[in-house]
Amino acid sequence: MSIYGLNEIRSGMKLIIDGDPCVVVENEFFKPGKGQSVNRLRYRNLKTGRVIERTYKSNDSIEGADVVEVDAQYLYSDGNEWNFMATESFEQYAVHEAEVADAKIWLKEQGECKLTLWNGNPILVTPPNFVQLTITQTDPGVKGDTAGSGGKPATLETGAVVRVPLFVQEGETVKVDTRNGEYVSRVKE
Amino acid sequence: MKGSQVSDWRPTAPIENLIFRAASLKSIRDFFAARDVLEVETPLLCRHSVTDPYIQSISASLHINGKENKYFLQTSPEYAMKRLLAAGSGSIFQICKAFRQDEIGRLHNPEFTMLEWYRPGFDHHALMDEVDALLQAILQTQAADKFTYAELFQQYLGINPHTATLGNLFECLAANNIELSSELLPALGQPYLQSDDLAPASERSQHDFYLQLLLSHCIEPKLAIERPCFIYDFPASQAALSRIQPGNPPLAARFEVYYQGIELANGFHELADANEQRKRFERNCLRRQQMNVDEMTIDENLLAALAAGIPDCSGVALGLDRLIMLASKSTHLSPVISFDLSNA
Repeated sequence: MSIYGLNEIRSGMKLIIDGDPCVVVENEFFKPGKGQSVNRLRYRNLKTGRVIERTYKSNDSIEGADVVEVDAQYLYSDGNEWNFMATESFEQYAVHEAEVADAKIWLKEQGECKLTLWNGNPILVTPPNFVQLTITQTDPGVKGDTAGSGGKPATLETGAVVRVPLFVQEGETVKVDTRNGEYVSRVKE
Repeated sequence: MKGSQVSDWRPTAPIENLIFRAASLKSIRDFFAARDVLEVETPLLCRHSVTDPYIQSISASLHINGKENKYFLQTSPEYAMKRLLAAGSGSIFQICKAFRQDEIGRLHNPEFTMLEWYRPGFDHHALMDEVDALLQAILQTQAADKFTYAELFQQYLGINPHTATLGNLFECLAANNIELSSELLPALGQPYLQSDDLAPASERSQHDFYLQLLLSHCIEPKLAIERPCFIYDFPASQAALSRIQPGNPPLAARFEVYYQGIELANGFHELADANEQRKRFERNCLRRQQMNVDEMTIDENLLAALAAGIPDCSGVALGLDRLIMLASKSTHLSPVISFDLSNA
């Protein structure tokens, strides 16, 4: 795998730090008046999700990580493992709870998502920014209220619970932003 | 920005910033004209460059009489300007390009503009006052704060930088959640570590390195937010080309000035003693060898000028791009440089 000098590392690059695959958020160069320069790296550990800052010598180097993102489809789950198929290679991956994490409430069968693979092994599942899911349970709400305060909770087919406006009914399909879990709009079939 | 490999032909600075830059340059020239400081131009391409182990110079091959000669792009006009001082120039200033290898970042372009000036008869305090006046004129700031290096560390970190041991410095880094790579953390208990604690004041490079980390990571971001701030009386081990004031501890007649967390200038009450200067250059060369960095020969012309006698003076080098960046309220150098490294 390639080695990168601290002066070539840019945000978005994938590196191995302390044995874990990480993605660089920022690389800041420090050069004191008369002294050795350093680089302060801010990076996200792709396995733990934590963002860390660490200072390196400017002439130090870090190993690149073989990390790729592939388009995939969610197939099914048996409660222990979640199974996906990469859309281009048709390769199937079984992913555990830790890697599926927050994505699992947005996954419905055949649903699209992205798999982050490290050395060919899935380490993270990312749902698309928007998903369309059907409401399986919600209270009727007040008829005619088109811009209610706060709305009401609705359970979606995946088990996710989202706040929706009062006029939205059970059985309807809604568009949700997976990044913040918020209702966006109704979807007309 | 498109993710294309081909760079844009357009300048990295908008035209209105270039207009602003030109106006700032005029104000600076007016500032010095009012003070009878002569504008000079010295070569950017010279046979020698600095021996500072932490500065790498960019070299160029110059053909003279059919032979190739290695010349260097100057990292600052200091040596040539000191030769002018020795020749009786009086107060001089220069606005010129300077070049440094391996210095690239939000606040670093390998080719940058330096404003450097020298004042015979000034000590570093008098020069700080003049730098303050310039900053007030260009940045429209209020009068600057001034702290000694010791006062600053005491105030922000509660340690005495002159007497803190390496162990104290590590504790301070940890207490401030500064994480270092393993290369930057020498194994405790190693003889090198212990001997550095006992090294004479002029050779404490490891202390200086960690002090510098504390300064840049913990203190600088909080420094000079509302008005510029000077730091002066540095540890003698960080003297560079400044005079050392004997005392306990000995202090370097050196200052730096910051605004909004950014270092703008570095100034000295200049060392005029040719022998002492030669010794410092020789120590630099030794350090370069130890660090496995390119050898640089000593500039004998500078030493000869010092021996011939430069007036008692102070000098300062100021990053003009950074000054203009701050004056125009930008956060990066590129919007105030016509074409930065990305598309020069």
